[in-house]
Amino acid sequence: MLSRLVLRAAPAALRALPPPVAVGVLHTTRPLHTTQQSLAPVPPLPEKGGEVRHGLIPEEFFQFLYPKTGVTGPYMLGTGLLLYLLSKEIYVVNHETAAAACILGVIIYGIKKFGADVAAFADKLNEEKLASARAMKSESIETLQKAIEEEKKEQWRAEGRSYLFDAKRNNIAMLLEANYRERLLMVYNEVKKRLDYQVAMQNLKRQKEQDHMIQWVEKSVIQSITPQQQKESIAKCILDLKALSKSAHAAV
Amino acid sequence: LPAAVLLKDTKLMDVKLGQLGTWLAMRDFTPGGILGAVKRGYTRYYNKYINVRKGGLGGISMLLAGYIALSYMWSYSHIKHDRRRKYH
Repeated sequence: MLSRLVLRAAPAALRALPPPVAVGVLHTTRPLHTTQQSLAPVPPLPEKGGEVRHGLIPEEFFQFLYPKTGVTGPYMLGTGLLLYLLSKEIYVVNHETAAAACILGVIIYGIKKFGADVAAFADKLNEEKLASARAMKSESIETLQKAIEEEKKEQWRAEGRSYLFDAKRNNIAMLLEANYRERLLMVYNEVKKRLDYQVAMQNLKRQKEQDHMIQWVEKSVIQSITPQQQKESIAKCILDLKALSKSAHAAV
Repeated sequence: LPAAVLLKDTKLMDVKLGQLGTWLAMRDFTPGGILGAVKRGYTRYYNKYINVRKGGLGGISMLLAGYIALSYMWSYSHIKHDRRRKYH
């Protein structure tokens, strides 16, 4: 019957919505994604759970009764309720009651004695898990930071490429210059060699001509000196020598 | 004047005592509705007492106490025979 009510209400509700959008656009009769829902970042877990008094009754109950009955109200209610249940034997005291009392006693003793240690141990486990997750996160953040710095450095390095090209250009210019001068020197040397050759040739030719001429003149002179002339010249020389010696004696 | 909230949407603590019957009748009793209510209740309890950083004893002890009470109520017809007095 209730479902029939809902079904009858449905078309009226649908008619109340805005008409569907024109053809060509997504056919919806409901606006999509209107809320600001977002799944991240997830809000952190609350530190402590709801307060519970004596491990059994939530604190809200005490706060609910506080304005009307003050602090002792819920305890009075509890005592009254307990006495009612016992006297009307809605709660029957039998062997199970004794067993329950012993078990509860032991449990409560155990909790009072070891509760804090167990809680600390559980907290330590939790803390370790959280610490490892945090370490991973900070590690990845650090890695990314380092990557960013490296990238910036690379960008700075890339700026200096103009200097690199200038240096290379200088090098090449120097090489060209050196090569050019080398070749110039080679040309000069070659030309000098050829010219020296020509000069040496001329000198040699002149020297040979000179030597030859001298030799020829000497030869012809020696040939022209006949034995007759030789005797005559030798006699003349002896006479000259005598005259000279005479003059020399006279001088002394 | 704030927009009037339908009786259907009010929370249980805001319902006046006279409207309680109407309110209860308007609740969703389809299987899907009941499942949704169970899920909501579970989620509320879980997020309030168990899904916290330093959970205490109260979270499970309340569940155990509820279980004890429920099982006592279910076996009351059997325990009735252990009563010490006939007339109360």
